[in-house]
This record gives sequence, C-alpha cells and structure tokens, in this order.
Amino acid sequence: MDTLNDGDVMADGRLFTKTHEWVLRSGTTATVGISAHAQDSLGDITFVELPKAGVMVSKGKECGVIESVKAASDLFAPVGGKVIEVNADLETAPESINSDPYGAGWLFRIDTLADADFDGLMDETAYAAFLESEA
Amino acid sequence: MSYIAHTDADRAAMLARCGVSSMEELFRDIPDHLRPASFALPAGKSEMEVFSYFEELAERNYVHLTNFVGGGFYDHFIPAAIDALASRSEFYTAYTPYQPELSQGTLQAIYEYQTAICRLTDLDVSNASVYDGGTALYEACQMAINATGRRRVVIDGGVSPIYRKMLYSYTANLSIEFVEVAVSHGQTNRAGLYECIDDQTAAVILQNPNFFGVIDDHSDITERCHQHGIIAVQSVYPIAMALLKTPGEQGFDIATGEGQSLGISLSFGGPYLGFMAARRELIRKMPGRMVARTADSRGNEGFVLSLQAREQHIRREKATSNICTNQALCALRAHLYLSVIGKEGLRKVAQLCLHKAAYARERINAIPGVSVMSSSPTFNEFTVRLPIDAGECVGRMVDNGIAAGFPLGRYYPGMENYLLVAVTEKRTKYEIGLLADTLERVLWQ
Repeated sequence: MDTLNDGDVMADGRLFTKTHEWVLRSGTTATVGISAHAQDSLGDITFVELPKAGVMVSKGKECGVIESVKAASDLFAPVGGKVIEVNADLETAPESINSDPYGAGWLFRIDTLADADFDGLMDETAYAAFLESEA
Repeated sequence: MSYIAHTDADRAAMLARCGVSSMEELFRDIPDHLRPASFALPAGKSEMEVFSYFEELAERNYVHLTNFVGGGFYDHFIPAAIDALASRSEFYTAYTPYQPELSQGTLQAIYEYQTAICRLTDLDVSNASVYDGGTALYEACQMAINATGRRRVVIDGGVSPIYRKMLYSYTANLSIEFVEVAVSHGQTNRAGLYECIDDQTAAVILQNPNFFGVIDDHSDITERCHQHGIIAVQSVYPIAMALLKTPGEQGFDIATGEGQSLGISLSFGGPYLGFMAARRELIRKMPGRMVARTADSRGNEGFVLSLQAREQHIRREKATSNICTNQALCALRAHLYLSVIGKEGLRKVAQLCLHKAAYARERINAIPGVSVMSSSPTFNEFTVRLPIDAGECVGRMVDNGIAAGFPLGRYYPGMENYLLVAVTEKRTKYEIGLLADTLERVLWQ
C-alpha cells in the first residue's frame, strides 16, 4: 500500500466529504478514511465497525460506525463501489485512526468506481475552507 | 378543578403532528376488549376500605395449592438469606443508578451476576439482564439479525409458545421472516429444520429442555448453523444447566433464559428476570447495560458501565436495543441464590428435580388410560396424555387442592387432552403420590 505511505503530507490528492471522510483514488480503486479533523473531534477511538469485503456501498450512504470514548458516529461512503479490502489492523489497534488518519488509520478500499461519484467532493484547500466556515 | 396541562389547541397541534385526526384514532391499535368500559371512577375511599377491598380480591386467588405447574416458571425453594440480603436498603432503594459509578456496590453485584451467568451458560459475556425470558429471546433474535445482516429466523416448535408470541408481537412491524419447524414426537425435527436453513438465515432458535420438557443435545445443529454463518440461539432453564450440556458446550453463540427459578418468587406475571450470554465476538451487538471491572487512577479495583456506545443515550435510534435498564433487584436475587446454594447445591437441586420428576412420571404412567408422551428423556417436566380434556381435569384437581399442570391445548390446537406436569425439589414423595392418586380418582370416579 505505497499510496498510503505519505506520512505527514496532508491530503496529497485526497478528496473530502462534508461528513469528514476522505477518499484517495489510485487507478481503478480508492482508499477511504476519516479526516484529521474528524478523528480530533471524536477523541480517542475505541472501535470501528466497517463494511465487510464484498459488499456494495453507495455514495453518501451509511456504511459503518466509529466509536470513541465520547460518541458513536456513522460513517458515510464518500463514493460508491464494491468493498475489496478492510483494514483488519483496526480491530486490535483502532487508535491508529487518531495517530495516523491518512496512513495506518485507513478504513477500507473499494473498486468498481463511478467517475461521477467524485464530483462535488472537496480538495484539501476547499475542505480547509469548509472547516473554517463551520467553525 | 382539572389539573390537565394541555389545552384543546395543544392537543389538536400534537394530533396534527402525529398525522391523526382524533384521540380515538391515536389509540386505534388498542383492541376494544382491552379498553375500559368507563372512566367513571368510584368516589374516594378510606385507607381501611381500600385495604379490605383488595384483601377480598387477593383471597380469591388459590395460593395454597400443591404446585405441579411449570411451562417456564417453577416453584423452587428460596433460602431465607436471599430475602434478608436483597431487602437491605442499600440495594432495595436503588433503581438504575443515574450516576452509575457512584453506586459501586450495585455495580459490583451486577458484575458478579454477569460472571455467574457466564459460568452457568459457558459463554464469554453477559449483560446486566433484561425484563424476562421472552424479552431476552427477542433481543437475541435482534442480535443475530444485526450481526448477520440477514432477516430470516428459523424457530423450533419446542420453543415456548409464550416466547414465540412475544417474538411475533415485538417484530410485527419489522420485516423479519419467521419459519417455525414443528416438533416430531416432542423432539426437534432435525430433517425439517435443515430444510429450512440456508445462507440467508440469520438465526436458529432452540430451547432446552423444550416446552414439552424434552431434553436434547443440539451440538449437531449448531455445527450445521455455523457452516451457513447462522447464529445459533438457545433458550435454557437455568437449574437444568447444572446437569445438562450447557449452551457453550453445545456450540451456541447466544444463550437466553428466564431467571425466575434462581431465587425469584412465583408471582402473577413478574417481575421476573431475562438473562443473556453470548460469545465474545457478539459483545457489541449485546443489548442493555454491561458492567465491567477496571482500576481507578490509584490502581484500586472499581466497576463501571462499559461499552455504552451501544446504548440508546449515545447511539440514539441506532442503539442495539431500546432497553436501557435492567432487572437489578431480580438479578441481585439470582446472584444471591447462586452464591448461597453454590455449585454443589445447584447440582443437588437439579438432581432432586430430575429424580422426583422420574418418580412422578412413573406413577402417572401407571394410571389406567393415562400415558406419558414420547419416550424421549426429560428433566423435571413431562407431557401426559389424558382420557379427557386437560383443562377440565385441572379444574377437578384444583378442587382437591392440587395444581396438576399446564393444559397444552391453550397453545397447541389438537392437544386438548395433553397436560404438562412439572416437579421441583420442593415436592415430597407424599405429594407426588397424592397427585397420582387424586388424578386417578378424578378421572375414574
């Protein structure tokens, strides 16, 4: 997963949703996670419930739950497609979402993407402006 | 003067918001026979008058019958220590603690109760209890649906008809498909069950001993369930767990049951106790409260409510269940009962039930025209075929001071002549003899 090894480089080519998920496209597949802002607002994450590999998710629809010591939040699919891989390490180490939301804290990967699903997502600059406007 | 705060305009606004035109329409789901004939209450009465009125009503109950009625609720002995300890004001006054961690004693008692239930069922995790055995079974069914994402549930016909009725009523407005598999000679019909299960089945629900009193080892069924990714659920009689293979030993994923037999008095419908236990993997699908043991900042042992993100006050409408309390006092009694009688004591109670029921079975089977149904093994309850209507027979027995059993025709059409007889450790050899002799007399004289 070399696309994920971009360390501290925030949001390199990532697109964001208003519900604070990110998606990074690489060829025919895309990786999904939650933003640094989202993990910070949730606090210490204790558990994630992710879609199972093989299921179809649709853009904007609930596909999982993230639990922290403070709250339980729904996870929405940023784009539609078929889940092909789930980050199994999160079962035992959900805290990597806090420590490395753009790297080790990735959630799942999907393929069978529709180009149109990427319309309307925000790039890093637009997302930063969105957060500013929400603050 | 009326103290009703809502004005007619308030009421009209609320009804409009609900999308109904009148109060009558709002309550349309309540069947006519359950509605009061009139709201005209009698004039006020003095305390003495009220007391004697209710005393008169209470005296109409037949409370001194020699009891052979079971059907899920049993007349077990309750050691005096349980009333003494459970009625201590520290326990008795506390309902669900609203700042739970402040009530360490209550939480510790619930934690110990959960531990006892896990040991009794041989499963990993238990919750703090739910209302009763039927509610527990419904919650187990929901757990299976949530865990599998499937909506088909297969139920053995030997599961209590009372529980099945509760299941259907709880789920009436949910799109869940229930398939019932009728028992064959009082036992789980395995061939019929296997025909009904597939990769779209969420749960298979069984009961041990089943409603006819028959005991079984369902290990083969749980194995088959797991090949299809199905959650296997067993409703159990806790006293029988001391002798029978436990749900954990049989490979079940979830066990539920009615905890009334564990130190809770028989009463007219409750309060009773629903217990639940499950494999560790299902812990986040578990409904209700769960107490965990932890350490405080100084390293001292303490108890907390754990995994609350499953619950309603955090997860709102997406909570695992709308249960947000437990039967704290009943769970406490169950915990006290198990602690007071201990492991050997529970085994002894179970053995007494088994042996006394075997004796009763033999005595009843010897009555002309009466036969015990099926040769399957039973624990403390068995089904008897009578030459007359079982309800009629029970009536005649009551006149002789004996509650002879539960007439099955009430729930199983075509079984009007069948009677379910339960025997606990409280019944003496003399009482069992009296049951058999009186039964023979009321049938043939």
